[in-house]
This record gives sequence, C-alpha cells and structure tokens, in this order.
Amino acid sequence: MEKRAVFSHQVLPYLLLAPQIVVTLVFFIWPAFQALLQSVRQEDPFGLRVKWVGLDNFLFIFRNPDYFDSLMVTAIFSISVALLSLVVALYLAVQADRVIRLATGYKTLLIWPYAVAPAVAGVLWLFLFNPTLGIFAYLLSRFGYEWNHLLNGGEALLLVIIAASWKQISYNFLFFLAGLQAIPKSLIEASAMDGAGRVRRFWFIVFPLLSPITFFLIVVNIVYAFFDTFGIIHQVTAGGPAKATEILVYKVFYDGFVALDLGGSAAQSVVLMMIVIVLTVFQFRYIEKKVQY
Amino acid sequence: MIDRERWLQVFTHAVLILGVLIVAFPIYVTFVASTQALRDIMQVPMPMLPGGHLLENYLQAITGGATSAGNSPVGIMLFNSMVMALGITFGKITISMLAAFAIVYFRFPWRMLFFWMIFITLMLPVEVRILPTYKVVSDLGMLDTYAGLTIPLIASATATFLFRQFFLTIPAELFDAARIDGAGPFSFFKDILFPLSRTNIAALFVILFIFGWNQYLWPLLITTQENMYTILIGINRMLTVGDDQAEWQIIMATTMLAMIPPVFVVVVMQRLFVKGLIETEK
Repeated sequence: MEKRAVFSHQVLPYLLLAPQIVVTLVFFIWPAFQALLQSVRQEDPFGLRVKWVGLDNFLFIFRNPDYFDSLMVTAIFSISVALLSLVVALYLAVQADRVIRLATGYKTLLIWPYAVAPAVAGVLWLFLFNPTLGIFAYLLSRFGYEWNHLLNGGEALLLVIIAASWKQISYNFLFFLAGLQAIPKSLIEASAMDGAGRVRRFWFIVFPLLSPITFFLIVVNIVYAFFDTFGIIHQVTAGGPAKATEILVYKVFYDGFVALDLGGSAAQSVVLMMIVIVLTVFQFRYIEKKVQY
Repeated sequence: MIDRERWLQVFTHAVLILGVLIVAFPIYVTFVASTQALRDIMQVPMPMLPGGHLLENYLQAITGGATSAGNSPVGIMLFNSMVMALGITFGKITISMLAAFAIVYFRFPWRMLFFWMIFITLMLPVEVRILPTYKVVSDLGMLDTYAGLTIPLIASATATFLFRQFFLTIPAELFDAARIDGAGPFSFFKDILFPLSRTNIAALFVILFIFGWNQYLWPLLITTQENMYTILIGINRMLTVGDDQAEWQIIMATTMLAMIPPVFVVVVMQRLFVKGLIETEK
C-alpha cells in the first residue's frame, strides 16, 4: 500500500469505521450467513422443526423443472435486454458523436430515463400495451393482431424486455458516447484518407477501440437485467402468465415470501450470490485492463 | 474534415430525433392520460392531446389517492419517498466518508480486514438475501419505520472506494502542512478534506438520490401500513384492483409525480450526474 504520513490514534479509526462496519455486519454479512445456513437446512413454515439436510435443497432446485424454466427465462430476458439496449444505444451514440450543433440538447433528452425507476418504467409500458385501452394494443389490433400479454406468455416476456431495455438505453448511450469522444480524430481521418468508407471505418477502427467499454457494459447490463428489473416484473406481470416471466430474482421473492419455501428460497439466494460474485470478479478484471489501456 | 455531407447531417439529426421521440413517447402518453377524465381514457383510442383535468387529477392523487387503494393520499407517499431517498443519500455519504478517512489517514490493526468487509457488500445486493435481511429488520422492530427503510441500505462499498481514491490523490504535503499548523484529525477533516471533497459529494448525491428514490423491493418487503408506503409501492397498490376498474387517470398522475423528483435532479445537475455515474463505476 501507499506510503504516507498518518495520524497516530489508537481508538479513533475504529470509531470512524464503526457505523459502516456495524451496518455491514448486521444487514449484509449476518443475513448472507443466515441464507447460507438456511440453504442446508429444512424448516417447516412455522419454524417449529429444523433439520440438517446437506445439499438436498440445492439438488432439489436443480432437479426441479420450474427452476430450470426460470433459468431459461432469465437467460432469454437478460440477453435480449442487453442486446437490444446496447445496439440502440450504440447506434444513437454514433449519431450523436457526429453532431456538432445541438449535441448537448440531444444528450439531455436521451439520458433522463436513467432517473426513471424500473417499477415506473414498467407502468409506462404496461399502460401503452394494456389490452383494452393501450394505444399500442389498439394499433396492433388495427393490423389484425390481438395483443394480450395477460394470456400470452411470449407477449408478456416481450413487454418486460421492451420496458427494461427502454430504461437502460440512456445509461449505455452515455458510456458509448464518452468512449466515442475519447477516440482520437486523427485515427479516423487517417483511415478515411486510406480510402475506408464509413462502414469499414466503424467496424475496423471504432468498434475495436470501443471493445473495453462494450465488454464492461455487457457485464453491467446483465447485472441490471438479473437484479434491478425486479420492479418491472413485479409491476407488469408478477411473473405470469403461467410463470412465463418469472426471472430468478422474482422466483426467490415469490418462493420465500408467498410460497414460504424457506430452504428452497435460501438455496436459490446462495446460487444468486455465486452469480453476483462471478459477475463482480469479471467487472473488476476489466477495470484492471482499462488502467493499462 | 470528414462526414460533412449534407444528406448525412440530415440523416443523423433524423435518427437522433427519432431516438428522442421513442424515449419520450411513453412519458408523453402518461402525461396526457394524467390530464384526462377516466371516461376519456377508456375510449379507444384515447385522445393524444392533453385534456382539461390536470389540476383535478393531481389534487385528487395527492390528497385522496385512488379509491381502489384505500384512498391513501399520495402526498404522504411522496414525503416517505423523499425521507427514504435523502436518508439513504446522506447516510451513505456520511458513513462512507468517515470510513474512507479512517482507512487512508490512520494505521491500525486489521485495517485491511475492514476494507475487505466493506468490499464484500458489493456482492450482496438485497435481492440475494431477501428473507434473512427481512428477518433481522423485523427482529429489531424496524418494520414500517423510516429507520427500517433507510439504515439497512446505507452501507456502501462504492462510495467508500470513491472517497478513498479521492483522498489518495490529495498531496501528502497538504497533510504535513496541516499537521505543522497543529491540525488534529477533526480539524483536518473539517477544514481540508471536506471542502476539497465538495464536487465528489455533489456528484455522489445525484447518483445516490436516484438510487434511493427508485428503491422498490426493499420498501415492498418492509412496509405494510399505508402511511409508510413509498410512492412506487403506492402505484403498485393502485394497479392491484382485482375485478374493479383501475383508476388510470390517478395512477398516471401518481406515476408522473413519482418521476418528477429524480428526473429533475438529473436534468438540472447533468454535469455532476455524468461525473458521478462514470466515477462510481471505476
């Protein structure tokens, strides 16, 4: 670690750290430890009997077709959200990077959905696609398509994907734009002089230079789709119809709070914890690379 | 100079305007619906221009809420959301700054252990420890309280790291000079670190305020009384109507009210917001 002069107090540093550490221990580490403990036990819903079951809870969830379905839904959901919002954001950022006049204006108008809560983004799109009075549902019916996400699982999944992507575009846009503006103009001009057209310049010069940011954003978007979209799912579909939109986080909530399957819910929590740890490690490895880059 | 053809400029602006419209359209429809009478929203397709019921709907929402949600006023929910957002924001900033101060400016046993302990919180979002955290809060008697809404969320690895990184960039000479002038830890913190950190604090404020305001899962778990609902939970209760007709004009007005504070913060403090967003991701 760095060498620098410091204060020499015996007690003060502990006092300064105390609030952060107490909150961390009581509300983070202790509950996480409880989840671990709970995941290897079986408890009846009234908490009267507890027995040690080893890895049974894990075996149970992995053998359970419901869990597998939820895993698939989560995979489709997060890949779609990441792809859709990254592609749209990159396309808009490339355009915005070219503009000289009004550049800040466009930026302001494109970034504010970041401030909209996922739960609110869900309501906005729920209203647009409401089968009886939504404007999009109406337009679709004019074209002969009867939209009803309350009955059709595919449509429900599409709806939450759209809502989740819509909210994430602004975040990706901001990072892509910063990345594009950091690319030296001389590089682009040199390749233009060598006769590379607009499309080639993008794919052979710009896109490779953006790859660290793209990689970072893929990780962030997957984390977002996995965890932060709970509000959208809860508000728009509540996991339905017939569990067609039940992503893993929603399933943990549902099994623990509504179905009161404590062991199963805890085992699912532990699996999610592993996923977060892997994603965090990925994110931090990338950061190290960025420093050299 | 390249890419200066006339048609390309036109095309670029066209794409951006289309992008802005796609981003703004859902909000526009929500705004329009919040100014209509329910009867007008119910006719398909609903009118696409604002109606004359703006004041009426917003007043109804703020003072009386939706009938289907037990008429609990949105005014109280707005207040609860504000308390939660500000509590989380100031809580996180305060305890993170103190922790970073201890880690950078003191040497003591187990310093790195504490550092890693704070780091681990990054890997434990509420979503992965829902039930046990709920149980702790319930055992501590913090359900349906402002303390329960804020304190469990104020540990922050990100903010602690940000302050630590920033403190490390402050030249050691400044520290030495302060010591020679007889400054102890308290006056060093108050007279030197705090004023230097102002921009960082402001940038963090923007990001954390949005984070706090937009919390959903946590208040959903621990609030059961209507007078403790945050506005996002209130919207959920209004939507859950069973067989009754949802009062869309009130729901849409409440949705607008739920969006205004965080969007206002982002638009007004755009430069700080961008700085905060990029720095908290480092």
